[in-house]
Amino acid sequence: MDPLQIAKMIEEKFAGQVLGTTAHAGQVGVSLRKDRIKEVCLYLRDEPLLRMDRLADLTAVDFSAYPGDNGPRFEVVYNLISIVYHHRIRLKVRAPEEDPRVDSVSSIWQTANWHERETFDLMGIKFDGHPDLRRILMPEDWEGHPLRKEYPLKGY
Amino acid sequence: MGIIQNVFEEGYLSTTVDSFLNYCRSSSIWPMTFGLACCSIEMIAYIAAPQHDFDRFGTVFRPSPRQSDLLLVAGTLSKKMAPVLRRVYDQMPEPRYVIAMGSCAGSGGIFNTYSVVQGVDNIVPVDVYIPGCPPRPEALMNGIIKLQEKIKKEKYIRK
Repeated sequence: MDPLQIAKMIEEKFAGQVLGTTAHAGQVGVSLRKDRIKEVCLYLRDEPLLRMDRLADLTAVDFSAYPGDNGPRFEVVYNLISIVYHHRIRLKVRAPEEDPRVDSVSSIWQTANWHERETFDLMGIKFDGHPDLRRILMPEDWEGHPLRKEYPLKGY
Repeated sequence: MGIIQNVFEEGYLSTTVDSFLNYCRSSSIWPMTFGLACCSIEMIAYIAAPQHDFDRFGTVFRPSPRQSDLLLVAGTLSKKMAPVLRRVYDQMPEPRYVIAMGSCAGSGGIFNTYSVVQGVDNIVPVDVYIPGCPPRPEALMNGIIKLQEKIKKEKYIRK
């Protein structure tokens, strides 16, 4: 299915949740409100026409140093693939700087478990409903979140 | 020679206990390989492949720290890995030696960042540093020869 059509289906199913759709180089990204992200993901996985059965990647972007961006600081990005239909879609949700929280999708795709731990470890975004939200790459007693823009590269 | 000439019968060799022990130990350095990054691939290619023939120095890979004399640290040591390196070092029987192979093991190399240990000498005492990114096989060979020279200078019986 054409990714723009998938974006349209999301918009029809979850009216008011979609903040915007961007398309670049054939890749379509859908910006969503973060409140119902879990329902959107569940719909994308279980809808027989879509069947997004694989979460290819889950990561986050720090927009604090991005020129001309006034939205909430963090953006969590979900890259989805349907192995059955060979189509892709990208979901984006924004989380604010103070207490960034997004619902966990690890109950929908198992692979989100470690991806969310990595995002928590390096960017400091908390995933509500995650079964085991610990650091995964940095030592357990590490302080701070190294991929945030204000984190010093050296001189720790 | 001189004073002990013609003292022993034919078929004898005379030496000191120290140099005999040192000769034995320097000729059978068994490295515990601690491959961490790209240097470890090079190390395998040097030591395990036939063209450089490291076996002639008596360096035979041991996969266990309890059977080895030399900890050959090859590659970038991250801070999360540092306790493991120390633990492997502590498991080795004395006398034990450490070679830091490559720029990263020696000084952190190009990775001057928050997550990388700036030289394994922060964690374990290092005997020989081998520079290079990665070192040439001749450099690793030279490092092992340098360690053999160091072992041959040690004294046990008379301090």
